[in-house]
Amino acid sequence: MKHRPVLQVQGVTKRFGGLVAVNDMSFDVANHEMVGVIGPNGSGKTTMMNMISGAFKPTAGRISLKGRRLSDMPAQKIAREGVGRTFQLVRLLPGLNVLENVMAGAVFGHRRRWGREAEDFALEMLDRVGLEVVAAAPVSALTYIDQKRVELARVLAGEPEVLLLDEWLAGLNPTELETGIELIHALRDEGRTVVLVEHVMDAIRALCDRCVVMSAGRKIAEGSPDDVLSDREVIRAYLGDDDD
Amino acid sequence: MLDILVSGLLLSGTYALVAMGLNLQYGVARIMNLANGEVLVLGALAAFWLYTTSQVSPLLTVVLVAPVSFAGNWLIYRYLLKPLVRRSKSQGALEVDSILATFGMSFIIIGVMVSIEGGFFAYKYLSEPISIIGSTTSLNRLVAFGVAVLIGGGLYLWLNHTRAGVAVRAVSVSTEASGLVGINVPRVSALAFALGGAITAVGGALISTFITLDASIGVVFTMKALIIVIMGGVGEIRGAIVAAAILGLVETAVATLIDPGLTLAAAYLIFVLILLFRPQGLFGRRAL
Amino acid sequence: MKPSGWLELLIAAALVVLAAFVPMFANGYWLSIAVTGMMYIALSTSWALFSGPTHYISLATGAFFGVGGYMVGTMMSDYQLSFWVPLIVAPLVAAALALLIGIATLRLSGVYFVIFTLGLAEMIRNLISWIQNNFLGSRGLYVLTDFRDHHLYWMLLGVAGVIYLLGWIVNRSRIGFALRIIGNDETVARHVGINTATAKVIMFTTTGFFAALVGAIIAPRWSYIEPNQVFSPQLSFLVVIMALLGGAGRLWGPLVGVIPFTIIWEWVGVQFPNQSTLFLGLAFLLIVYVLPNGVVGRIEQLRDRIGEGRS
Repeated sequence: MKHRPVLQVQGVTKRFGGLVAVNDMSFDVANHEMVGVIGPNGSGKTTMMNMISGAFKPTAGRISLKGRRLSDMPAQKIAREGVGRTFQLVRLLPGLNVLENVMAGAVFGHRRRWGREAEDFALEMLDRVGLEVVAAAPVSALTYIDQKRVELARVLAGEPEVLLLDEWLAGLNPTELETGIELIHALRDEGRTVVLVEHVMDAIRALCDRCVVMSAGRKIAEGSPDDVLSDREVIRAYLGDDDD
Repeated sequence: MLDILVSGLLLSGTYALVAMGLNLQYGVARIMNLANGEVLVLGALAAFWLYTTSQVSPLLTVVLVAPVSFAGNWLIYRYLLKPLVRRSKSQGALEVDSILATFGMSFIIIGVMVSIEGGFFAYKYLSEPISIIGSTTSLNRLVAFGVAVLIGGGLYLWLNHTRAGVAVRAVSVSTEASGLVGINVPRVSALAFALGGAITAVGGALISTFITLDASIGVVFTMKALIIVIMGGVGEIRGAIVAAAILGLVETAVATLIDPGLTLAAAYLIFVLILLFRPQGLFGRRAL
Repeated sequence: MKPSGWLELLIAAALVVLAAFVPMFANGYWLSIAVTGMMYIALSTSWALFSGPTHYISLATGAFFGVGGYMVGTMMSDYQLSFWVPLIVAPLVAAALALLIGIATLRLSGVYFVIFTLGLAEMIRNLISWIQNNFLGSRGLYVLTDFRDHHLYWMLLGVAGVIYLLGWIVNRSRIGFALRIIGNDETVARHVGINTATAKVIMFTTTGFFAALVGAIIAPRWSYIEPNQVFSPQLSFLVVIMALLGGAGRLWGPLVGVIPFTIIWEWVGVQFPNQSTLFLGLAFLLIVYVLPNGVVGRIEQLRDRIGEGRS
């Protein structure tokens, strides 16, 4: 089971007008695996995430979940198929309270619940991310990391098969960062399948089984975090060529 | 057939001009101005009123209307719309607010116009027939077309070849990036909104020479301008010209061959086709 | 979900029963205002079912209302059918129309939708006038029934009650929750798995159905139907103003706006018949600049502030 990929990205390309944001990307994510997608700014990581979650349609190539083709589906269908995501800049529903925000995931996600059951499950997920106390609070009252927790709880409440975390750790202060890494580590221990886009290298070393490195829209390396982070081409992509 | 082609194309000149005005307001200032048609009718009313009371040529009115409308629209942007831009948390919230606020303005303008002139703005100016390439049309259509082309062309040159024009185009591409490169976005937005209003009012004065308007007809012109902007693609001047030509021709064809009362229905038909098959517009890259 | 839900419903039911007695006390002028008010209560409550949670400003009310009124006219006058036939058929036709409009516009951003509905009543009016003049002959459409004002009032009250009940159910259902999420952030809505277009189309179709039903019920009031009269763009705007003035965020919000506004509107119509458009414009500006969440929103805001002061 471990070796059959859950999520497959094959030859995916995305063009915006004349700009090629993602160029012929391919990688697999196995069950219970945590894969990091890393690369310098503007290398196409978020565009890649957006294509997996259905915010953009790929110009070419195929993305599939357990053999089912996602790349033609609209975002809501992909969410129901079992891909859950967080957003680079946290996106909560400002008019709903904390519990309702999480219930949004429980009610409409991959496993759909309703009423009492959805509420209980949402509370369970809030507890899971360490936030049970403020269930009735408006989201505007939350600190930044708590907002990120609510967003994560919303995604978890949909019980996705694959979790996409788009720079979930970005913008946290050092103490929060530690808490954040612990939280994602706990997800890893639960055996969840996760793809995470991240800039925090410590987090990548601590969390990822494998890394895919992107530069200028292409995959330039793939392997264990230690291997890819010492790869010459990767270092060059991050630090630039001599003339850069 | 040739008649339709000629009057359709002549009509599209003013349509393109008015759509340019709306494009500046929505594409640059990011305000969905649903009082656009009323500003147009206000320009028409000015032309009608000055002509019937003191024999002022509508072409002279155009020169008067432009600065007045520019100032009026600048004030509206500065004191009524800017507070909305400031308080809005998202583009969506701003859209709802500006739609409701500009509805309010449109009704106030209609109310004021009705108390000035409740009937039709009917007057005769340059209505003698003229024949061009074997087709007969009236002189006022030709003159209106010429003036529209002149103003539209001037605007196009200004946008492409002056510092201020380039700033306006930059803001239409991205408000954020423009701010970062040192463009005063609020000022450029106010300028674009005011300029858009001035052009719309001028378009109204021109249209009034060959179409009889009344105080409450504005919404029809708002619809037409919006359809042209959507069809051409937001921020696309060339797109707006082609779209205006299509709308002008289709409308004239429908009015001549079927019934003049169906021009709005024809515009809707085009609108539906665009929504179904090309919501980003014929030339546009981004949808609304 | 909320404990006060049943209480709310009970209060609403009691109000409906109380309102049913109005024709016993009011007659003539005041009953006619009550009919108008009840018409706007039904229209704006149903408008708020869709536009309240989603913030999509629909201006199609006048078009659907017109379909209702016009179909009663043409089916009774041209085809000698009973009043009850168009009463059933017209809402279904309007719902079908709303469905098509929804499919064309609601997949896209809200701006397209507003623009599309903006000229809709006008366009349908042009189209129908043309069809009538060229194919049906302008014979004039007479709606002759035995209904008096209090009959219309009771029918409208019944419809308003049904709309309220439906709204109450929707607020406790998946689709109601979905619409609230859509109104907050449509991108998030899609990414949690909501089929946003379907949810919007279903609710918009529902409001189209009810607007036509109200239009059909009120038709006997005029006895002579003209397209120019029933396809009134102004009606769409009045409904928006009343709903937003009260507050579209609560099911009973529009009610709070309709009652005073109907009375003021009547008064303006009598005192300043030529300034009514101006007044409409001022009402819009009042909503945007002074009461962005309506009277109900303002009351709740004050209550929260007092609550904070105490604690």
